Amino acid sequence: MRWIDIGPASDIPKLGARIVRGPKGDIAVFRTADDEIFALDDRCPHKGGPLSQGIVHDHHVTCPLHNFVISLSDGEARAPDKGCTRAYQVRVVNGLISLALPETVAAK
Amino acid sequence: MLDKVKKQKLVVIGNGMAGMRTIELLLERAPDLYDITVFGAEPHGNYNRILLSPVLAGEKTVDQIMLNTLDWYEANNITLRKGEKVTMIDRRSLEVVTGAGDRVPYDKLLIATGSDPIVLPLPGKDLTGVVGFRDIYDVDRMIEAAKSGKHAIVIGGGLLGLEAANGLMKRGMSVTVVHLMETLMERQLDAIAGGLLKASLIERGMQFKMPAQTQAILGETHVTGVRFADGEEISADLVVMAVGIRPNIELAKKAGIYCERGIVVSDAMQTYDGRIYAVGECVQHRRQTYGLVAPLWDQAKVCANHLALKAFATYKGSSVSTKLKVTGIDLFSAGDFSGGKDTEEIVLQDAARGIYKRLILKDKKLIGAVLYGDTADGAWYFQHLRDGTDVSQMRERLMFGAAHVGDGGKGGHSGQNAAAAMSDEAEVCGCNGVCKGTIIKAITEKKLFTIDDVRAHTKASSSCGSCSGLVEQILASTLGGNYSEAPKSKPMCACTDYSHDDVKRIILEQKLKTIPEAMDFLEWKKPDGCHSCRPALNYYMLASWPGEYKDDMQSRFINERVHANIQKDGTYSVVPRMWGGVTTPDELRAIADVADKFKIPTVKVTGGQRIDLLGVKKDDLPAVWADLNDAGMVSGHAYAKGLRTVKTCVGTDWCRFGTQDSTGLGIRLEKFMWGSWTPAKVKLAVSGCPRNCAEATCKDVGVICVDSGYEIQFAGAAGLHIKGTEFLVKVAGEDEALEVIVALTQLYREQGRYLERMYKWCDRVGLDNIKKAVVEDIAQRKALFARFAYSQQFAQIDPWKERAAKGQERHEFTPLAELELV
Repeated sequence: MRWIDIGPASDIPKLGARIVRGPKGDIAVFRTADDEIFALDDRCPHKGGPLSQGIVHDHHVTCPLHNFVISLSDGEARAPDKGCTRAYQVRVVNGLISLALPETVAAK
Repeated sequence: MLDKVKKQKLVVIGNGMAGMRTIELLLERAPDLYDITVFGAEPHGNYNRILLSPVLAGEKTVDQIMLNTLDWYEANNITLRKGEKVTMIDRRSLEVVTGAGDRVPYDKLLIATGSDPIVLPLPGKDLTGVVGFRDIYDVDRMIEAAKSGKHAIVIGGGLLGLEAANGLMKRGMSVTVVHLMETLMERQLDAIAGGLLKASLIERGMQFKMPAQTQAILGETHVTGVRFADGEEISADLVVMAVGIRPNIELAKKAGIYCERGIVVSDAMQTYDGRIYAVGECVQHRRQTYGLVAPLWDQAKVCANHLALKAFATYKGSSVSTKLKVTGIDLFSAGDFSGGKDTEEIVLQDAARGIYKRLILKDKKLIGAVLYGDTADGAWYFQHLRDGTDVSQMRERLMFGAAHVGDGGKGGHSGQNAAAAMSDEAEVCGCNGVCKGTIIKAITEKKLFTIDDVRAHTKASSSCGSCSGLVEQILASTLGGNYSEAPKSKPMCACTDYSHDDVKRIILEQKLKTIPEAMDFLEWKKPDGCHSCRPALNYYMLASWPGEYKDDMQSRFINERVHANIQKDGTYSVVPRMWGGVTTPDELRAIADVADKFKIPTVKVTGGQRIDLLGVKKDDLPAVWADLNDAGMVSGHAYAKGLRTVKTCVGTDWCRFGTQDSTGLGIRLEKFMWGSWTPAKVKLAVSGCPRNCAEATCKDVGVICVDSGYEIQFAGAAGLHIKGTEFLVKVAGEDEALEVIVALTQLYREQGRYLERMYKWCDRVGLDNIKKAVVEDIAQRKALFARFAYSQQFAQIDPWKERAAKGQERHEFTPLAELELV
């Protein structure tokens, strides 16, 4: 694992998300109302809906396809729904976001 | 310490359900406002008095009905002085005085002294073995007596008396119920239902002596029997007096607080002394006193709001419904069924099946209901009763229940299922494939009590919601007496206790102009709400403050955020507007070019006479919009909770039957109304003659042109529910037609709850009220029209152009970064 810079936190609207295009699918990067940054695979564990398109509320996002509520911190679906999507470690230094990603990828 | 603001002192007299519920809600709203002291005469924490009957019957234990344990008081820094009695309120020095002479000061005082059982002034009433049925102590004594005693007499054939009698029978005693009146539970039942109830209780072994007046309770030290006015004597080892309750107002009365039957309170639950509030069974509000739990909950909510210094909630009284908690007996009653002048009745009686139903109507509204034997529709009738729904439209089918009315939310898409008749394999929720057996299993195994729980655990009724009623029926029949119906006004979502109507009203009254302001004022439980309340609030803001409120894109569902409809694979569908369904060769060429250029996989004609481009990649959206804009087309809002389409036929332009220019009127309507946001989608149609080729009679608003003018229809649906439109008015000219339709839409924008379609709004507020506002009252029609026109100035902006040409919120369509393999 290594830290890869993906851009400034201010480029993501509050209570919104942007995506990072990856070779194995998109990663959704979220910014919450309290200015925390989270990153998840952009696939709902339910039917693969793009979580980056959902409504963000506290530390959760609601999938736009069938309203699964996914925790931003660990990717777990809120009970009683079941399922988990991959969550990435995030670091913000001087407003710049980095994700902990495998050594096999780099920023384009 | 200097910097610490001194807290106000709140003293609560009474440690019962109403008082503690108020405190719980107060702590949610203003956790640090008060130092709280609670006086409770009973030596316990607070328990659910309503469930004493199941405890007596051995179906529940005392622990199971405790609401707040002693730990709870400690955790919330509440001083509980249990077993201590307040004997006086000194309003001059703002203190309460205890039996031991202690004086405790208050800034605010909450009286929740509840009620006392009425003890008949009979000789022998103080003998051992004579008990009331009011608290745990009484229940303990009854259980004790049932261990050795053989025969019990219960005085009182009301709700409480019958539950006591049932419980004692379950404990092995033989029981005689003595009742003064001809009819059991005469406050809840009419003579016929009372008779059916009596018969089925006799079948279970209960004995009755009624009508009968008790003259004396016999015995030396312990009760041995009862003598009646007719001279008969019956022996007994236990006598339970359950003849009713009386508000406990002694303390308040002594302190000079104005009381009648109860302590008189305002709509803010305030007594005549502004520092003193009162809730629960001790209270008299608008001449009414209550002895059931639902009203206490409503009162507690309002009282907590005022104690928390929010001061905007009002209590307007409660309608109550009753269910007898005797296992195996289905009985439901609600509202006023005394009959009388101006009321009408619908009665169904089927003696062989043991079914009796009586509905009482007044002024087109349901005001009372008595159900015996089949109570599946009780909750549904109660809902109509509380909402004051105009039921005249469904009157002829009303008696047969929700399933036969095709009412929204009941009966479901199949329209005829009744929960009880369904097999376990039968599918209840067609959207998510959930069958009845799965729901019952979840209810029993996971101990679910509410429809929201069932939704969360099974997904049943969580998509389109048309099977909600059916799920509710299954819940009610599975839980039996433990089922509590949905509260009066449903909260908007789990983030708040307030209903859609409350929120809308308060936004206007308090001039709340942003979502955070509203959430803050209304004590939202989560700082930024959820996916369900934020879009609703955003709509209410838009509709309340046109031109002032800045649309919050992050509170909109993705479709409205990117002006296209998300598909199952994350691509989008794009629909350009075609005014009145009319297009041109140039537009069609432009659409064909866009489809080719962006390799759009599917091009399809929609039901609303538009062309749908399906499978557009999100990144391509701005470029697709730009090309369509260049050809003169704008967003078709096919994604919007707003005006969607106006479908037309060719009218007098071409059709040999056409009576008016239906195409022209359709285009005019669409050009005037496009861009407006509404509670849910709005689809229009204009047909040029009664042959109705534009299918106007199943639209939200439909116009049927006739030779002499325009028939305006509305509140139709052809989706989850099929419903023909209601006739609104016939007008002579196009201008007037436009004015009426616009005014109607504005009224819907102002009154509709978010996601409530026009036909459901009409059901709720009543056709007559809508007619009054937009047909009869010309001044109001014009005012509504003006408000719509004003808000259109800010709404008629093509979102595609904003975003394609001006590059607004460009970030939505570009990745933050791209990664590659190394």
